Amino acid sequence: MTLAAGKVGIICCSGEDLPEGTISRVATRLVLEKLKPDQTVTLCLPLFLAGGEDERAFARVFPTIAVDGCSKKCAEAGTKKYSGKPVATILVSEVMKKYPHLKVKSREKLEPQEMELAMKVAEEIAKKVDEILCKTARK
Amino acid sequence: MENHKVVVVPCSGIGKSLGTVGRVAAYKVVERMRPEKTRTVCLALLTMGDNDALKLVRENPCIAVDGCPAQCSKKNIEASKGKLAHNIVVTDVLRKNRALKPDGVIKLNDQGEKLAEIIARALSEKVDEIQREEKCE
Repeated sequence: MTLAAGKVGIICCSGEDLPEGTISRVATRLVLEKLKPDQTVTLCLPLFLAGGEDERAFARVFPTIAVDGCSKKCAEAGTKKYSGKPVATILVSEVMKKYPHLKVKSREKLEPQEMELAMKVAEEIAKKVDEILCKTARK
Repeated sequence: MENHKVVVVPCSGIGKSLGTVGRVAAYKVVERMRPEKTRTVCLALLTMGDNDALKLVRENPCIAVDGCPAQCSKKNIEASKGKLAHNIVVTDVLRKNRALKPDGVIKLNDQGEKLAEIIARALSEKVDEIQREEKCE
């Protein structure tokens, strides 16, 4: 199976128990809807287990970025286990360290400060998308 | 004996707004409507076989909240040998509320919020029922 040209897959953890899980989810959607709509696709992480071979082929078809809320890195581990090794991982808790003034506490609806952090994470994902696409274009 | 907390597990599907409807409904229950009786767990953590997450769903009654008929939450709870007490699929509820047109994944529109509220109320009643039955056992 060959990689799909010009598209990068993004798999986020969407962790329900932590605000960082909501940030991972919103940041992923910001990339898909606003920053890189033509270059990115996504798939629900739990669908790897619940779905079939088509879903599990995802990371073999697309170079993939895992977006994890915490150091347990479920998106990275889940993608690797059920589909294929992600090319990169963005860790929300690591990005947060660069912006200590941006605090997160909401799991349901993000406050403006939390949306700002989600956008910072989205920008890091988008930067990684560009790097991956440049590399695949050179091959 | 104190009742077990009911674990509400939304699928958090990210492709369409219905995954967000399920997620928001779950938070309405665990944070506002029944905070003392419920909690949630990261579905991805459960999928990865985390010991604490497995213990939680095996020792407490669980409600799966799924956005679509793929029913990822239900299937993952079952695969984890969790105590699935009830499951709800957002598309089924939407069928009974056809006038509502939920939209948005980053932020639900008003109709999506309304659908989430309907589901959250149904979930809360189910939580009470599960705990009543536990007391009788």
